[in-house]
Amino acid sequence: MAIFSVYVVNKAGGLIYQYDNYVPRAEAEKTFSYPLDLVLKIHDEKVVVSFGQRDGIRVGHALLSINGVDVNGKFTADGKEIIEYLKDSTNYPVSIRFGRARLSSNEKLMLASMFHSLFAIGSQLSPEVGSSGIEMLETDMFKLHCFQTLTGIKFIVLADPRQSGIDALLRKIYEIYSDFALKNPFYSLEMPIRCELFDQNLKGALEIAEKAGNFGPGS
Amino acid sequence: MTVHNLYIFDRNGSCLHYGEWNRKKQAGISKEEVRQEAQLIQLKDGFLTFQTSKYKLHYYETATGIKIIMNTDLGVPNAKDILHQIYSTLYVEYIVKNPLCVLGEQLSSDLFSTRLDLYIRALPFFSPRAA
Repeated sequence: MAIFSVYVVNKAGGLIYQYDNYVPRAEAEKTFSYPLDLVLKIHDEKVVVSFGQRDGIRVGHALLSINGVDVNGKFTADGKEIIEYLKDSTNYPVSIRFGRARLSSNEKLMLASMFHSLFAIGSQLSPEVGSSGIEMLETDMFKLHCFQTLTGIKFIVLADPRQSGIDALLRKIYEIYSDFALKNPFYSLEMPIRCELFDQNLKGALEIAEKAGNFGPGS
Repeated sequence: MTVHNLYIFDRNGSCLHYGEWNRKKQAGISKEEVRQEAQLIQLKDGFLTFQTSKYKLHYYETATGIKIIMNTDLGVPNAKDILHQIYSTLYVEYIVKNPLCVLGEQLSSDLFSTRLDLYIRALPFFSPRAA
Protein backbone atom coordinates (compact mmCIF):
# COMPACT_ATOMS: atom_id res chain seq x y z
CA MET A 1 0.00 0.00 0.00
CA ALA A 2 1.88 3.08 -1.14
CA ILE A 3 -0.62 5.65 0.10
CA PHE A 4 -0.66 5.64 3.88
CA SER A 5 -3.33 8.12 4.88
CA VAL A 6 -5.51 11.06 3.93
CA TYR A 7 -6.41 13.95 6.23
CA VAL A 8 -8.72 16.89 5.61
CA VAL A 9 -8.23 20.02 7.72
CA ASN A 10 -10.69 22.91 7.84
CA LYS A 11 -10.02 26.66 7.82
CA ALA A 12 -9.53 26.84 11.58
CA GLY A 13 -7.00 24.03 11.65
CA GLY A 14 -9.31 21.32 12.97
CA LEU A 15 -9.26 17.80 11.55
CA ILE A 16 -12.54 17.05 9.79
CA TYR A 17 -11.69 13.78 8.08
CA GLN A 18 -9.06 11.14 8.28
CA TYR A 19 -8.55 7.82 6.55
CA ASP A 20 -5.78 5.31 7.20
CA ASN A 21 -4.73 2.63 4.77
CA TYR A 22 -3.53 -0.52 6.44
CA VAL A 23 0.21 -0.28 6.76
CA PRO A 24 2.29 -3.23 7.90
CA ARG A 25 4.10 -1.73 10.84
CA ALA A 26 7.53 -2.79 11.94
CA GLU A 27 6.97 -5.02 14.94
CA ALA A 28 9.28 -7.33 16.80
CA GLU A 29 8.39 -10.04 19.29
CA LYS A 30 11.14 -11.46 21.48
CA THR A 31 11.47 -13.62 24.54
CA PHE A 32 13.35 -12.02 27.40
CA SER A 33 14.89 -13.39 30.54
CA TYR A 34 15.54 -11.56 33.79
CA PRO A 35 16.94 -8.92 34.00
CA LEU A 36 15.50 -7.00 31.06
CA ASP A 37 18.28 -5.31 29.09
CA LEU A 38 16.03 -2.59 27.70
CA VAL A 39 15.32 0.63 29.55
CA LEU A 40 11.62 1.45 29.46
CA LYS A 41 9.86 4.66 30.36
CA ILE A 42 6.31 5.89 30.47
CA HIS A 43 5.50 8.43 27.78
CA ASP A 44 1.98 9.66 27.03
CA GLU A 45 0.29 6.79 28.89
CA LYS A 46 2.29 4.21 26.95
CA VAL A 47 5.38 2.20 27.84
CA VAL A 48 8.16 3.01 25.36
CA VAL A 49 11.75 1.93 24.87
CA SER A 50 14.16 4.66 25.90
CA PHE A 51 17.49 2.79 25.64
CA GLY A 52 18.77 -0.57 24.53
CA GLN A 53 18.02 -0.67 20.82
CA ARG A 54 18.60 -4.11 19.31
CA ASP A 55 17.16 -6.82 17.09
CA GLY A 56 14.53 -4.68 15.40
CA ILE A 57 13.42 -3.06 18.63
CA ARG A 58 14.18 0.62 18.33
CA VAL A 59 14.11 3.56 20.70
CA GLY A 60 10.62 5.00 20.70
CA HIS A 61 8.88 1.70 20.03
CA ALA A 62 5.97 1.06 22.32
CA LEU A 63 5.27 -2.15 24.23
CA LEU A 64 2.31 -3.71 22.44
CA SER A 65 1.70 -7.05 24.11
CA ILE A 66 3.05 -9.33 26.84
CA ASN A 67 2.90 -13.10 26.30
CA GLY A 68 0.51 -12.57 23.42
CA VAL A 69 -2.00 -10.50 25.38
CA ASP A 70 -2.38 -6.86 24.24
CA VAL A 71 -1.57 -4.29 26.91
CA ASN A 72 -3.84 -1.46 27.95
CA GLY A 73 -1.73 1.70 28.12
CA LYS A 74 0.71 1.25 30.98
CA PHE A 75 -1.19 -1.67 32.52
CA THR A 76 -1.46 -5.27 31.41
CA ALA A 77 -4.84 -6.66 30.41
CA ASP A 78 -5.44 -7.84 34.01
CA GLY A 79 -4.66 -4.41 35.43
CA LYS A 80 -1.12 -4.88 36.71
CA GLU A 81 1.42 -2.10 36.15
CA ILE A 82 3.81 -3.17 33.41
CA ILE A 83 6.98 -1.66 34.85
CA GLU A 84 6.39 -3.37 38.20
CA TYR A 85 5.51 -6.63 36.46
CA LEU A 86 8.79 -6.59 34.55
CA LYS A 87 10.83 -5.87 37.69
CA ASP A 88 9.65 -9.13 39.23
CA SER A 89 12.00 -11.98 38.27
CA THR A 90 9.34 -14.65 38.87
CA ASN A 91 7.43 -13.46 35.82
CA TYR A 92 10.27 -14.39 33.48
CA PRO A 93 10.87 -15.71 30.82
CA VAL A 94 8.40 -13.36 29.15
CA SER A 95 7.59 -12.78 25.49
CA ILE A 96 7.10 -9.10 24.63
CA ARG A 97 6.08 -7.49 21.37
CA PHE A 98 7.35 -3.99 20.53
CA GLY A 99 6.41 -1.79 17.62
CA ARG A 100 5.50 1.68 16.49
CA ALA A 101 2.52 2.83 18.47
CA ARG A 102 -0.53 3.62 16.38
CA LEU A 103 -1.72 7.22 16.71
CA SER A 104 -4.87 7.72 18.73
CA SER A 105 -7.54 10.09 17.37
CA ASN A 106 -6.54 12.77 19.87
CA GLU A 107 -2.97 12.61 18.68
CA LYS A 108 -4.12 12.89 15.09
CA LEU A 109 -6.18 15.98 15.93
CA MET A 110 -3.17 17.54 17.60
CA LEU A 111 -0.88 16.75 14.71
CA ALA A 112 -3.34 18.18 12.21
CA SER A 113 -3.42 21.51 14.07
CA MET A 114 0.34 21.46 14.38
CA PHE A 115 0.66 21.01 10.66
CA HIS A 116 -1.84 23.80 10.06
CA SER A 117 0.46 26.18 12.00
CA LEU A 118 3.62 24.91 10.33
CA PHE A 119 1.95 25.44 6.98
CA ALA A 120 1.43 29.12 7.83
CA ILE A 121 4.95 29.53 9.20
CA GLY A 122 6.28 27.98 5.99
CA SER A 123 4.87 30.82 3.93
CA GLN A 124 6.16 33.43 6.42
CA LEU A 125 9.69 32.07 6.41
CA SER A 126 9.91 32.44 2.68
CA PRO A 127 12.92 34.30 1.30
CA GLU A 128 10.90 35.11 -1.81
CA VAL A 129 7.70 37.06 -2.17
CA GLY A 130 4.42 35.36 -2.83
CA SER A 131 5.13 31.94 -1.44
CA SER A 132 2.34 29.50 -0.70
CA GLY A 133 2.32 27.32 2.40
CA ILE A 134 4.02 23.94 2.63
CA GLU A 135 3.14 21.84 -0.39
CA MET A 136 5.36 18.86 0.19
CA LEU A 137 7.26 17.60 3.21
CA GLU A 138 9.73 14.78 2.90
CA THR A 139 11.21 12.39 5.45
CA ASP A 140 13.07 9.14 4.91
CA MET A 141 9.94 7.07 5.55
CA PHE A 142 7.20 8.99 3.74
CA LYS A 143 6.25 12.08 1.79
CA LEU A 144 3.46 14.38 2.92
CA HIS A 145 1.63 16.32 0.20
CA CYS A 146 -0.70 19.19 0.97
CA PHE A 147 -3.14 21.04 -1.24
CA GLN A 148 -4.88 24.14 0.06
CA THR A 149 -8.06 25.20 -1.72
CA LEU A 150 -9.19 28.78 -2.29
CA THR A 151 -11.52 28.43 0.70
CA GLY A 152 -8.79 27.38 3.13
CA ILE A 153 -9.50 23.63 3.28
CA LYS A 154 -6.31 21.55 3.28
CA PHE A 155 -6.14 18.07 1.81
CA ILE A 156 -3.15 16.17 3.15
CA VAL A 157 -1.92 12.87 1.75
CA LEU A 158 0.84 10.76 3.29
CA ALA A 159 2.42 8.42 0.78
CA ASP A 160 5.49 6.39 -0.01
CA PRO A 161 8.34 8.65 -1.21
CA ARG A 162 8.40 6.88 -4.55
CA GLN A 163 4.69 7.23 -5.23
CA SER A 164 3.93 9.56 -8.14
CA GLY A 165 0.76 11.28 -9.30
CA ILE A 166 -0.17 12.65 -5.90
CA ASP A 167 -0.95 16.12 -7.30
CA ALA A 168 -3.62 14.65 -9.52
CA LEU A 169 -4.87 12.63 -6.56
CA LEU A 170 -5.18 15.76 -4.40
CA ARG A 171 -7.21 17.50 -7.10
CA LYS A 172 -9.36 14.38 -7.41
CA ILE A 173 -10.00 14.31 -3.67
CA TYR A 174 -11.03 17.97 -3.87
CA GLU A 175 -13.48 17.01 -6.62
CA ILE A 176 -14.88 14.16 -4.52
CA TYR A 177 -15.17 16.51 -1.53
CA SER A 178 -17.18 19.06 -3.51
CA ASP A 179 -19.37 16.38 -5.08
CA PHE A 180 -20.19 14.21 -2.08
CA ALA A 181 -19.68 16.43 0.96
CA LEU A 182 -20.48 19.96 -0.14
CA LYS A 183 -23.46 19.04 -2.27
CA ASN A 184 -24.87 16.93 0.55
CA PRO A 185 -27.67 19.04 2.08
CA PHE A 186 -27.14 17.42 5.49
CA TYR A 187 -23.47 18.33 5.68
CA SER A 188 -22.51 21.55 7.50
CA LEU A 189 -19.37 23.37 6.44
CA GLU A 190 -16.21 22.97 8.52
CA MET A 191 -17.74 20.06 10.44
CA PRO A 192 -16.44 16.47 10.48
CA ILE A 193 -17.30 14.70 7.25
CA ARG A 194 -19.61 11.72 7.78
CA CYS A 195 -20.80 11.00 4.27
CA GLU A 196 -20.76 7.40 3.08
CA LEU A 197 -20.47 8.29 -0.59
CA PHE A 198 -17.43 10.44 0.19
CA ASP A 199 -15.73 7.47 1.90
CA GLN A 200 -16.53 5.08 -0.93
CA ASN A 201 -15.36 7.37 -3.68
CA LEU A 202 -12.24 8.32 -1.76
CA LYS A 203 -11.25 4.67 -1.38
CA GLY A 204 -11.89 4.16 -5.09
CA ALA A 205 -9.71 7.13 -6.00
CA LEU A 206 -6.88 5.86 -3.77
CA GLU A 207 -6.97 2.48 -5.47
CA ILE A 208 -6.76 4.10 -8.89
CA ALA A 209 -3.89 6.30 -7.78
CA GLU A 210 -1.93 3.37 -6.40
CA LYS A 211 -2.24 1.51 -9.67
CA ALA A 212 -0.64 4.65 -11.22
CA GLY A 213 -3.65 5.26 -13.40
CA ASN A 214 -4.90 8.57 -14.63
CA PHE A 215 -8.30 9.80 -13.66
CA GLY A 216 -10.40 9.73 -16.80
CA PRO A 217 -13.27 12.15 -17.33
CA GLY A 218 -16.33 11.08 -15.44
CA SER A 219 -14.48 8.55 -13.24
CA MET B 1 19.02 27.68 -9.03
CA THR B 2 20.26 29.32 -5.92
CA VAL B 3 20.76 29.18 -2.19
CA HIS B 4 18.82 31.82 -0.24
CA ASN B 5 20.04 31.54 3.32
CA LEU B 6 21.42 29.27 6.00
CA TYR B 7 20.82 29.02 9.77
CA ILE B 8 22.74 26.99 12.33
CA PHE B 9 21.12 26.34 15.72
CA ASP B 10 22.49 24.51 18.72
CA ARG B 11 20.67 21.98 20.87
CA ASN B 12 19.11 24.67 23.07
CA GLY B 13 17.80 26.54 20.07
CA SER B 14 20.16 29.52 20.15
CA CYS B 15 21.12 30.74 16.72
CA LEU B 16 24.82 30.13 16.18
CA HIS B 17 25.14 31.41 12.67
CA TYR B 18 23.07 33.01 9.96
CA GLY B 19 24.20 33.66 6.41
CA GLU B 20 22.29 34.95 3.43
CA TRP B 21 23.12 35.04 -0.23
CA ASN B 22 20.01 35.80 -2.22
CA ARG B 23 17.10 37.03 -0.21
CA LYS B 24 14.24 38.91 -1.79
CA LYS B 25 12.07 39.44 1.26
CA GLN B 26 12.79 39.58 4.97
CA ALA B 27 11.15 36.88 7.04
CA GLY B 28 7.81 38.02 8.39
CA ILE B 29 8.78 36.37 11.65
CA SER B 30 11.78 36.85 13.87
CA LYS B 31 14.68 34.46 14.43
CA GLU B 32 12.92 33.42 17.61
CA GLU B 33 10.09 31.97 15.58
CA VAL B 34 12.45 30.26 13.15
CA ARG B 35 13.99 28.66 16.20
CA GLN B 36 10.58 27.56 17.42
CA GLU B 37 9.80 26.04 14.10
CA ALA B 38 13.13 24.25 14.18
CA GLN B 39 12.16 22.77 17.53
CA LEU B 40 8.73 21.72 16.27
CA ILE B 41 10.33 20.06 13.29
CA GLN B 42 12.76 18.26 15.51
CA LEU B 43 9.87 16.23 16.90
CA LYS B 44 9.48 14.55 13.56
CA ASP B 45 12.17 11.94 13.38
CA GLY B 46 13.86 11.64 10.03
CA PHE B 47 12.54 14.93 8.63
CA LEU B 48 14.57 16.02 5.61
CA THR B 49 12.97 18.84 3.70
CA PHE B 50 9.78 20.69 2.87
CA GLN B 51 8.88 22.83 -0.09
CA THR B 52 6.34 25.50 -0.90
CA SER B 53 5.55 26.98 -4.29
CA LYS B 54 8.58 29.26 -4.14
CA TYR B 55 11.33 27.74 -1.99
CA LYS B 56 12.60 24.56 -0.41
CA LEU B 57 13.82 24.23 3.15
CA HIS B 58 16.43 21.56 3.90
CA TYR B 59 17.06 20.41 7.44
CA TYR B 60 19.87 18.40 8.95
CA GLU B 61 20.24 17.50 12.62
CA THR B 62 23.27 15.89 14.18
CA ALA B 63 23.26 13.53 17.12
CA THR B 64 24.47 16.37 19.35
CA GLY B 65 21.48 18.55 18.58
CA ILE B 66 23.12 20.92 16.10
CA LYS B 67 20.54 21.89 13.48
CA ILE B 68 21.48 23.19 10.07
CA ILE B 69 18.70 24.73 7.99
CA MET B 70 19.16 25.85 4.40
CA ASN B 71 16.60 27.60 2.20
CA THR B 72 17.10 27.17 -1.52
CA ASP B 73 14.93 27.45 -4.56
CA LEU B 74 12.94 24.53 -5.92
CA GLY B 75 15.49 23.19 -8.37
CA VAL B 76 17.73 21.72 -5.69
CA PRO B 77 17.36 17.97 -5.05
CA ASN B 78 18.14 16.38 -1.72
CA ALA B 79 20.73 18.48 0.07
CA LYS B 80 21.26 16.15 3.02
CA ASP B 81 24.79 15.27 1.89
CA ILE B 82 25.68 18.92 1.43
CA LEU B 83 24.46 19.83 4.90
CA HIS B 84 26.39 16.86 6.26
CA GLN B 85 29.50 18.17 4.49
CA ILE B 86 28.96 21.62 5.97
CA TYR B 87 28.81 20.07 9.39
CA SER B 88 31.79 17.73 9.08
CA THR B 89 34.24 19.77 7.02
CA LEU B 90 33.35 23.28 8.19
CA TYR B 91 31.64 23.29 11.56
CA VAL B 92 33.69 20.51 13.14
CA GLU B 93 36.98 21.66 11.64
CA TYR B 94 36.72 25.37 12.29
CA ILE B 95 34.49 25.65 15.33
CA VAL B 96 34.61 22.51 17.40
CA LYS B 97 38.34 22.12 17.04
CA ASN B 98 38.93 25.79 17.79
CA PRO B 99 39.87 26.19 21.48
CA LEU B 100 38.88 29.85 21.43
CA CYS B 101 35.32 29.29 20.21
CA VAL B 102 32.81 28.92 23.01
CA LEU B 103 30.15 26.46 21.91
CA GLY B 104 26.64 27.70 22.51
CA GLU B 105 27.26 31.33 21.60
CA GLN B 106 27.19 33.18 18.32
CA LEU B 107 30.04 31.91 16.19
CA SER B 108 32.65 34.60 15.92
CA SER B 109 35.17 32.80 13.76
CA ASP B 110 35.94 34.81 10.62
CA LEU B 111 37.64 31.83 9.07
CA PHE B 112 34.46 29.81 9.45
CA SER B 113 32.33 32.55 7.89
CA THR B 114 34.59 33.00 4.88
CA ARG B 115 35.02 29.28 4.31
CA LEU B 116 31.27 28.74 4.54
CA ASP B 117 30.68 31.55 2.07
CA LEU B 118 33.20 30.07 -0.36
CA TYR B 119 31.69 26.62 0.02
CA ILE B 120 28.17 27.81 -0.71
CA ARG B 121 29.31 29.81 -3.71
CA ALA B 122 31.11 26.76 -5.05
CA LEU B 123 28.02 24.57 -4.93
CA PRO B 124 26.93 23.43 -8.38
CA PHE B 125 23.47 24.84 -7.96
CA PHE B 126 24.46 28.27 -6.72
CA SER B 127 24.23 31.14 -9.16
CA PRO B 128 24.02 34.73 -7.93
CA ARG B 129 20.90 36.23 -9.39
CA ALA B 130 20.86 39.77 -10.65
CA ALA B 131 19.29 41.79 -7.82
